[in-house]
Amino acid sequence: MSGPDLIVNNALWQGDMVDVWVDQGRILRFAPVGEVGPVCRKIDGHGALLLPGLVDGHVHLREPGFEYKEDIASGLAAAAGGGFRAVLAMANTNPVNDSAAVTTFMLDQAFRSHPHGPLLHPVGALTRNLEGQELAPLAELSEAGCKALSNDGMPVSNPDLFRRALEYASDLGLPVIDHCEDPHLATGAVMNEGRVSGLMGLKGQPVVAESLHVARDILMAEYLNLPVHLAHISCRQSVELIAWAKQRGVRITAETCPHYLLWTEDMVEGYNTLAKVNPPLRTADDVEALRQAVRQGIIDILVTDHAPHADHEKEAPMDDAPNGISGLDTALSLSWTLVQRGILVLDDLCRLWSRRPAEIFSLRKNSLAPGDPADFLLFDPDATWTVTPQILRSKGKNTPCLGQTLPGRVRLNVVDGHTVFHDATVP
Amino acid sequence: MLWPHKDLLCISQLTPAEILHVFEMARRFAEINSRPIKKVPTLKGKTVVLFFVEPSTRTKTSFDIAGKRLSADTYSLTASTSSLRKGENLKDSALTLQAMHPDALVLRHQQSGAAAFLARRLSCSVINAGDGWHAHPTQALLDGFTLSEIWGEAMTGKNILIVGDIAHSRVARSDVQLFTSLGMNVRLCAPKTLLPSGVDGWPVEVVPDLTAASRGMDAVICLRLQLERQQAGLLPDLREYARHFGLTAAHLRLANPGVRVMHPGPMNRGVEIDAALADGEQSLILDQVSAGVATRMALLFLYLTRKDQTGEE
Repeated sequence: MSGPDLIVNNALWQGDMVDVWVDQGRILRFAPVGEVGPVCRKIDGHGALLLPGLVDGHVHLREPGFEYKEDIASGLAAAAGGGFRAVLAMANTNPVNDSAAVTTFMLDQAFRSHPHGPLLHPVGALTRNLEGQELAPLAELSEAGCKALSNDGMPVSNPDLFRRALEYASDLGLPVIDHCEDPHLATGAVMNEGRVSGLMGLKGQPVVAESLHVARDILMAEYLNLPVHLAHISCRQSVELIAWAKQRGVRITAETCPHYLLWTEDMVEGYNTLAKVNPPLRTADDVEALRQAVRQGIIDILVTDHAPHADHEKEAPMDDAPNGISGLDTALSLSWTLVQRGILVLDDLCRLWSRRPAEIFSLRKNSLAPGDPADFLLFDPDATWTVTPQILRSKGKNTPCLGQTLPGRVRLNVVDGHTVFHDATVP
Repeated sequence: MLWPHKDLLCISQLTPAEILHVFEMARRFAEINSRPIKKVPTLKGKTVVLFFVEPSTRTKTSFDIAGKRLSADTYSLTASTSSLRKGENLKDSALTLQAMHPDALVLRHQQSGAAAFLARRLSCSVINAGDGWHAHPTQALLDGFTLSEIWGEAMTGKNILIVGDIAHSRVARSDVQLFTSLGMNVRLCAPKTLLPSGVDGWPVEVVPDLTAASRGMDAVICLRLQLERQQAGLLPDLREYARHFGLTAAHLRLANPGVRVMHPGPMNRGVEIDAALADGEQSLILDQVSAGVATRMALLFLYLTRKDQTGEE
């Protein structure tokens, strides 16, 4: 061992100010501040919080096919600036990621633009062309490097096909991520069904469109004794079903997004297409249930469901505007608002954004102990920033946060010992 | 009254005093409609674009006549005659129209919120002539004006029943806002499949049985049943709907003496309203059409002279 090749001075780790010594992509040790280290590259952390690198289990990077919304380079740049060490990119590209060719292309594009990370882990389509008719070549996708399988955006409504997909995927050891939405109950919906949709004259999606499908998946997982990971859970009914399932020992894991923990259907008032997302923003009661669920671990992880769109697509009447919120740039700041309000504590963020997703998707573990991979970030919780189109690294400027001032800023992001993002505005 | 609004998007924008002011103006303009020469120079030199993306004949004609009687120049565009057909989006179509400097744009669109969408982006007045299921404020104002011509000051406290497809009706939403704003009692009657979500929170009474709902009413508004609701599985068939939710003379006998019948049109005779009832002496359906021209004259006047009145420009 040659000694450290990077020292990050003055980082706040579990209440102590430390210097982090990094050697060949691994954490060498936490040294007391002021200990004279050998000559090597040094970065001053200015007392910012040290956090394990984040994992986003659910993003849409739009490449191939929709590069005007986002491409892998811009998406990974947003991930780097957002504090992520890895993202799982969904398959609803054009062509769909249902072949080794597309998976390999995505990995190549990621390596070309971000050779040192953040890592892009493609999620393969569960069914060919996401059509829900026949299985995609799941083993081929696995061999090509897919880390999970999902029909995200196009839920598999045929329960028999879903069953076969779970069985087949289990032999490959790949987690299956299911987007829970009954297509009949959700037809034409542009927001939550309830008070606001009734007043605004918009077609609403009832919560049962999600929870009915959640119940199906739970019963299927129990019957087959196989794992299912439930994508972007948005409502109380689903939370209560998941809690019930976990009590029974069903192999269910689940995710939700910062927007479901912070905002309600009220945000759509005035026909705000930036708040149009699927599943839709629900009610204050659903928000409360989700907050409790992430605290208690009933919902295992947070994800962004980063869904970038071009401005001209969102600048349309409600029915024409596409679903989705751009989330990689704002995820940690939005999560931090939950810490500020006493809803979560710092360790919850580490669990929800780093430890549990690494377990669920079998990524390398990262507890920031000596010998662990040097995947970490520095987060200045006292900084604030105003969300403008220019400041967002994603091409997708479609976030209801535009114009708002958010707390906390990522200062440094290190993946595998490599600095993938360093905020140069701090001296 | 200095008219404070740039756009007319929904009734909830207007105070009760403003609504009554529209009625008062409509009353004055109605007089013009009975003259042998039905034209005054009030809006000479003003340009009104009638942008009807969703097809409509009667509302467009009503606005067209209203504008022309005030000497405004009106231009009509539909989805098939505009570039929307060539794939142009609504924002670009509207900005293109705006560049031709109209004073007002009257929009009919099949999507809720389309009028608000354009109002935020255009400097001219936007008059909502119906957006999706959301709002049809000029219809509500003409309905209110029609009744005010009969009831005058005594409108407050009157009981109004709206029957039919409330969920998908912009007329119902705007009528409820207008009538409750003026202190009337509103009752809704519809099968649950045709009630909007969250109706429990509305300032109305919901009575699912038409016979029970008819008792004590001073006016009944029948809504058009769109035939596609049956295909969407919201009701079994038209015969069953007509039997349970079609207004008949028997229902009116349970209502208050002098009860009036209204319909925003176009009617499905024999479905939501008994064929003879539509032509009966209690019917105000054609009065509504006449009131529509006067009300829209009043609205064009208020919105097109707004800047001159306030001294802007």
